[in-house]
Amino acid sequence: MKEIAISVENLTVRFGDSVVLNNINLNVFKGEILVILGGSGCGKSTLLKHMIGLYEPEKGRVIINGIDIINADENKLRELRKDIGVLFQSSALIGSMTVYENIALPLREYTGLSDDAIERLVRIKLAMVGLLGYEIYLPSELSGGMKKRAGIARAIALDPTILFFDEPSAGLDPITAAELDLLIKNINNGIGTTMVVVTHELESIFNIAHRVIMLEKEEKGIIAEGDPYILRKESKDPRVRNFFNRHIPEHLYQKT
Amino acid sequence: MSSNDFGFDIKGLAEAGLTVSLSGRLSVENFDKMLSFRGDIFSKYKPSSLVIDLKDVTYMDSAGALFLIEMEYESKKEGIPCEITNMTKEQRGLLELIDRDAYEKSFQVTKKAGLNFIEQIGHEFIKFLDDIKNIITFIGMMIIKIISSLFRLSSIRWNDVLTYMKKSGVDGLPIVGLISFLLGLIMAFMSSLQLKQFGANIYVPALVSIAMIKELGPIMTAIIVAGRTGSAFAAEIGTMKVNEEVDALIVMGFDPIKFLAVPRVFAVMFIMPFLTIFSDLFAIFGGFVVGVLGLDLTVHTYIQQTMKAIKIFDIITSLIKSVTFAVLIAGIGCHRGFEVKHSAEEVGTATTSAVVTALFIIILVDSMFAVVLSYI
Repeated sequence: MKEIAISVENLTVRFGDSVVLNNINLNVFKGEILVILGGSGCGKSTLLKHMIGLYEPEKGRVIINGIDIINADENKLRELRKDIGVLFQSSALIGSMTVYENIALPLREYTGLSDDAIERLVRIKLAMVGLLGYEIYLPSELSGGMKKRAGIARAIALDPTILFFDEPSAGLDPITAAELDLLIKNINNGIGTTMVVVTHELESIFNIAHRVIMLEKEEKGIIAEGDPYILRKESKDPRVRNFFNRHIPEHLYQKT
Repeated sequence: MSSNDFGFDIKGLAEAGLTVSLSGRLSVENFDKMLSFRGDIFSKYKPSSLVIDLKDVTYMDSAGALFLIEMEYESKKEGIPCEITNMTKEQRGLLELIDRDAYEKSFQVTKKAGLNFIEQIGHEFIKFLDDIKNIITFIGMMIIKIISSLFRLSSIRWNDVLTYMKKSGVDGLPIVGLISFLLGLIMAFMSSLQLKQFGANIYVPALVSIAMIKELGPIMTAIIVAGRTGSAFAAEIGTMKVNEEVDALIVMGFDPIKFLAVPRVFAVMFIMPFLTIFSDLFAIFGGFVVGVLGLDLTVHTYIQQTMKAIKIFDIITSLIKSVTFAVLIAGIGCHRGFEVKHSAEEVGTATTSAVVTALFIIILVDSMFAVVLSYI
């Protein structure tokens, strides 16, 4: 039995009157890349934001490395946060700081190393994501792909054991997106980081996923789980096959 | 040695080559220790060859990888062979993640050289002059557009004008009223303390009304509108620039100044004279409260004295002033908004700058009015 890194138990999410996710149960194992997928509006990003503890759920628990992130006290949470890195959809680099300062920020806050040591560490992170030479650039001066790379460098600044990615390849050209997939895979191979990726780019899914779960809007929950290659061929659920084969449901064909 | 520490064991002779056995955690917490260890190896021992044994390493993160890379890099520089043994698959994977050539090349100064003091003064001064030029250009351009839209009234977005009139005028009335009321109250009270000594309480109504109508009414209103409305315009348009909404307007064939700035300027132009008059009235009412309750003036005397002091000419010039301020405040607010390029930080700067610039120019223009009006 593989070791569990994150477990989501009976998670129910409600915004106002509408239930977005209903009774989700999910385990993420150490060292795997789990991809959360589904059509727009099915609650992928919402699930991710609950897994990193940004939102509080209506019901249920999220346990990361044995710590219940919803009920843990501040100190425990702070310790846990060191172990988690997140790449946000818009990279969320701090606009008033250079790339260098953005990556140095968590290192300064959590390590108490000398400036020289921090500089070396920042460089090594930049070397990992292929952004050396852009230290003094402001985020607004970077292209979309470079911003994502800088975001990843910041996310891995403290060598977390778990990384979350919210739509890493959204809005990127195919080559940049493929490079980013490769980077994600390399980090996973190299450091053995557990990864949770939210995406709906088929290409990425087949490239990086060890395992996928698929969410569905109507069901408000998980409708499929497993290896994407197998799901594409053998799933009994037409919604799952349609998703993997880019197939438009029959009833939408009527007009054409 | 606790398991969280970084440890090492050095075997062999410097001339014959060293074997360094590392143990424990090669991680961020121990990074400073590793760096000083690296310095020691090369300065104290000066080995002829180096073998780094990772057998007892329990954990290695990217700081550890960095350490190993730097050991290899140093050895290469010193011209001695360096070998790393007993590396696990994960450790090798981590090392391979790093683009070493780029890392080694990157040790160059990346900080921009700062300007010296005199250069900075010059730089700032040129920026200041440019800024004045830009504002004058923008306001000139806007006035042309306003006049040209006056000839084609249907081209003005009247719905927007009404919305902004409500936002900047009606919604701003309570604060304008309150501040003016208190101002009139304070003025009457403070002046009466002095005038009482001479038995000249009867001049309080004239003092309040003349001061308000000629100077303070338009100025106070302008300050409040600059703070409420000018800043809002800068923030709104600035955010639209960040979101590429302004670009979208241009592509759809709209002139952003006509679409965004003209309705705002019109709205403030229409509403400012009313706000100014309200401000005057509230201040006079504040003076009235003090006069009647505190100074033994009758209601009739107070009103009569006020009416006697007010001249139509003063009211008209005060309204002209307020319209001028309106154009300047709204124009500067919009201009600062358009100056934003692409970051959230710039929106903040633009908002602050909209208020500060507007206040500065209001005072400047007001003193020009004072000089000109004294000759009429």
